[in-house]
Amino acid sequence: MTEILGVPVAVLSGQLMLGIINGSFYALLSLGLAVIFGLLKIINFAHGAMYMLGAMCTVLLFDAFGVNYWVALFLAPVIVGCFGIVLEYFLLRRIAGQDHIYSLLLTFGIALILQGVLTNIYGVSGLRYSMPEVFRGGMNLGFMFLPYYRAWVIVAALLVCFGTWFMIEKTRLGSYLRAGTEDSQLMQGFGINVPLLISLTYGFGVMLAAFAGALAAPIYSVSPVMGSNILIVVFAVVVIGGMGSIAGAVITGLMMGVVEGFTKVFYPEGSAAVIFLVMVVVLLIRPSGLFGKEA
Amino acid sequence: MTITKKLLTSAVASALLVGGAQAEISDNTVKIGYLADMSGTYRDLAGPNGLKALEMAIADFGGSVNGAKIEVVSADDRNSPDSSSSTVRRWVENEDVDLVAGLVASSVTIAVSNILEENNKLGIVSGSAASSITNEHCTPNHIHYVYDTYPLANGTASAVVKEGGKTWFILTADYAFGHALEGDVTRVVEENGGEVIQTVRHPFPTSDFSSFILQAQSSGADVVALANAGADTTNAITTAGEFGLTQSGQTLAALLLFLTDVHALGAQSAQGIQLTTGWYWDMNDETREWSDRFMDETGVRPTMVHAGIYSSTIQYLNAVKATGSDDSQTVRKQMMDTPINDMFAKNGIIREDGRMVHDMYLAEVKTPEESKNEWDLYEIVRTIPGDEAYRPLSESKCKLVTQN
Repeated sequence: MTEILGVPVAVLSGQLMLGIINGSFYALLSLGLAVIFGLLKIINFAHGAMYMLGAMCTVLLFDAFGVNYWVALFLAPVIVGCFGIVLEYFLLRRIAGQDHIYSLLLTFGIALILQGVLTNIYGVSGLRYSMPEVFRGGMNLGFMFLPYYRAWVIVAALLVCFGTWFMIEKTRLGSYLRAGTEDSQLMQGFGINVPLLISLTYGFGVMLAAFAGALAAPIYSVSPVMGSNILIVVFAVVVIGGMGSIAGAVITGLMMGVVEGFTKVFYPEGSAAVIFLVMVVVLLIRPSGLFGKEA
Repeated sequence: MTITKKLLTSAVASALLVGGAQAEISDNTVKIGYLADMSGTYRDLAGPNGLKALEMAIADFGGSVNGAKIEVVSADDRNSPDSSSSTVRRWVENEDVDLVAGLVASSVTIAVSNILEENNKLGIVSGSAASSITNEHCTPNHIHYVYDTYPLANGTASAVVKEGGKTWFILTADYAFGHALEGDVTRVVEENGGEVIQTVRHPFPTSDFSSFILQAQSSGADVVALANAGADTTNAITTAGEFGLTQSGQTLAALLLFLTDVHALGAQSAQGIQLTTGWYWDMNDETREWSDRFMDETGVRPTMVHAGIYSSTIQYLNAVKATGSDDSQTVRKQMMDTPINDMFAKNGIIREDGRMVHDMYLAEVKTPEESKNEWDLYEIVRTIPGDEAYRPLSESKCKLVTQN
């Protein structure tokens, strides 16, 4: 069998596949962060908590109302997104235009409160969520066994990422958004309700996180602390991609998934640190990130 | 004659005086500090419900001992040896805490036991796993009550090798506890004629185990063993199920699994997994009776740690009552001299290294068909007698053990 550095190519192909799957989660989450930072200049430390709320909401909708996976995949992000809008309206708006550190601390506080309250109610062992019937099993690709659900994760994540990029970069609504955050007074002069636009944008960024959470519910242990670990990684991804760059977040998310996957084969102990190593190197060479706009 | 009489009288008088000085409960209060993870990874297996078990023990004991009142203080250890050390230092130096109970993360326990030794106070460890706690890190000031990594390896690993699992892949959490467990398991596997063909150390914590499960599959090992705990284990088991690990003929062995983990996984995902436990709520009428009361208080079934906290608190209070003292060495000696016979353990003995030796159990998770309710999860397969389960004193590196 052909080998690269002592590892069979088949094993590496499997890891590449898994890297893309994990990368899809990173892409979805960092996309939301990039949208919120790029358009609103808010460093959203509550993003991990919103991802967790998306997953918890999916499970609770099923437990309480028997809502099935497909409906929850739509409903959970909408519910959490509305919650995001409420947060923006009552809290974040009050520190708009102030130093970034305020938004960071405020959102971090919100995340800790959400995590603490839900931990008190549900504990940390994780809630159960069954895999939807249609995704049970998987296919043998020759080099690995690919569960159907993981394949679906790639498709769903990439579709949503592409749709978001398209909406922000190519549509009229997107251009309003971009303009509104560049010069809100001018936009208001044109009769556009900029505060509403900002609320909706924050809500949309939160929806993206909640969607990733709903996607994660059947495969990861759903618990109030699930967002805290992934958040730091996702921030590193956004920094590598270039703060605020939409395409940069998606492409870097996928790339980092793959880099992490390969590290898990060659030096597993380092797989948690490798993304930060890349971040250090990238920042030294290109301080604005790989796809950052400003020098 | 008179001299002898005088001598005798003075001897009796001084004995009484010494006895009187010892047989005293400081401040007329027995104060217990409960230190455990109240909000993080180990919250459910110990946490606030462990505090509830402690309070149940005090209530069952009558709320006072020899007329002295029993007080409880508690704190979140946040799995941090640093913050736990300062909490315990404050407790023992300024707040007259006599006993520290709970003690969950091994790193916290090792740090705290040093402070207890400096201040000559007592600690009872109910949650920590590392067997080093009563080996190289033993002190005359703590007792390790519920279980440790030694029987975990002895129970599960030896059972799985004997059932034909000869080649092993070990997936280890990359920190002290995982390394200890990996070492103990490797020894047991090799002693029983098996072979560890690959070990992979994953960062702690890890949420995605798919890469590691894929490596385990391609290793071709008979057994894939998980030397990790809590959410890492449940995530790994879920992923193994998703990738069809057991369907492809490999056996999954979870080396440390708590009832709360299995409950979170559910019988559907966890069925057939073998594990070693120090106690199970549904073993007999005595355990069921206590567990029903615990469930009325908390809404969940107790883990072995919860039961251990209850049992050890009762043993401690009995020792205080018998000696009339809350002096750590007097109480520890009394606890060592009294075999433990309650709903948690039968003929449990506290050894000189502080290890409480009692029977352990090899359990298998029931299938959804066998399971009658959400907490009906284990079938006890075998009892592992205490002296077989734990590290023999002849192998001990503990400074308190005088070897011949």
